[in-house]
Amino acid sequence: MNIGDLSLGDVLPEREHCPSNVSLFLYNAAVWNPHRIHYDETYTKDQEGHPEIVIDGPLQGDWLAQCVANWVGDFGEIKRFSYSNRRATYLGETLCSGGEIIAIDEGNKTIRVELWVKNSEGEVTTPGEAEVLLFQ
Amino acid sequence: MNQTNLLSEAHLSWIGHEDAPIEIEVSRRDIIKYSMATEQKLQKYLDGDEAPLMFIFNLFAQPVPMDQLRVDGLAKGNQKGPSLPLKRVMAGGKEVEMFRPIKPGDKLIGVNRIKNIYEKSGKQGPLIFTEREFEVKDQTGLPVFTETETSIAR
Repeated sequence: MNIGDLSLGDVLPEREHCPSNVSLFLYNAAVWNPHRIHYDETYTKDQEGHPEIVIDGPLQGDWLAQCVANWVGDFGEIKRFSYSNRRATYLGETLCSGGEIIAIDEGNKTIRVELWVKNSEGEVTTPGEAEVLLFQ
Repeated sequence: MNQTNLLSEAHLSWIGHEDAPIEIEVSRRDIIKYSMATEQKLQKYLDGDEAPLMFIFNLFAQPVPMDQLRVDGLAKGNQKGPSLPLKRVMAGGKEVEMFRPIKPGDKLIGVNRIKNIYEKSGKQGPLIFTEREFEVKDQTGLPVFTETETSIAR
């Protein structure tokens, strides 16, 4: 990957995400998160009023970081990264992560990409942005 | 300019407050568990040679005994800060600046500080924003990452 070969509007590969009970359990165990809305269906529906188990917001942040890391590979590294969870997402939903180049600074060998997780309706549930330093 | 109708001098005096430093050591096994659970694609993450960026989420969370968990499963708050006049708190944005990748064996020291507290008027009433900065360095004092998180009380 060479910065001279990139253009504004280039898109990053999209990826579908279909979290399961098992994957959410493993994620929450890995990050030591005991919040019941991510594994206790009865509590989540009856006490917190959600329609289903809630998919973790930071997990969707991870998908955005992965979207960039998988695309850039060993040709660069993420220097800045931000995301914001704007809309709740639930077990059973199929979500999609992706991104697009929005700025290129050839002098500093950096690019900025706009990122998103969208639901099946095309609504952005988690917008984000990353600044990537390219090594070439 | 920030509005301070709800925020007193006592609230604002928390700006700049730092919690006690927290030290952790990163293990290869923890990186591998995280990488498997998040279905990483890159081999360096799956082998635990380097941590994915969002591995930092909750990395410094202190495990607490069961009797210190709330009914929702979360730990009773031990993060210091002012008692705000608005009580419904939701997460705002999160921004991370990475200075270098995290690797197994890293011994990291994190300091949480309140960077700013301010009030704005929202469509449905006043909102109080609290910005916390979590600055992480290695044992030699070199920066590893800085995370800025905003919580919104309404």
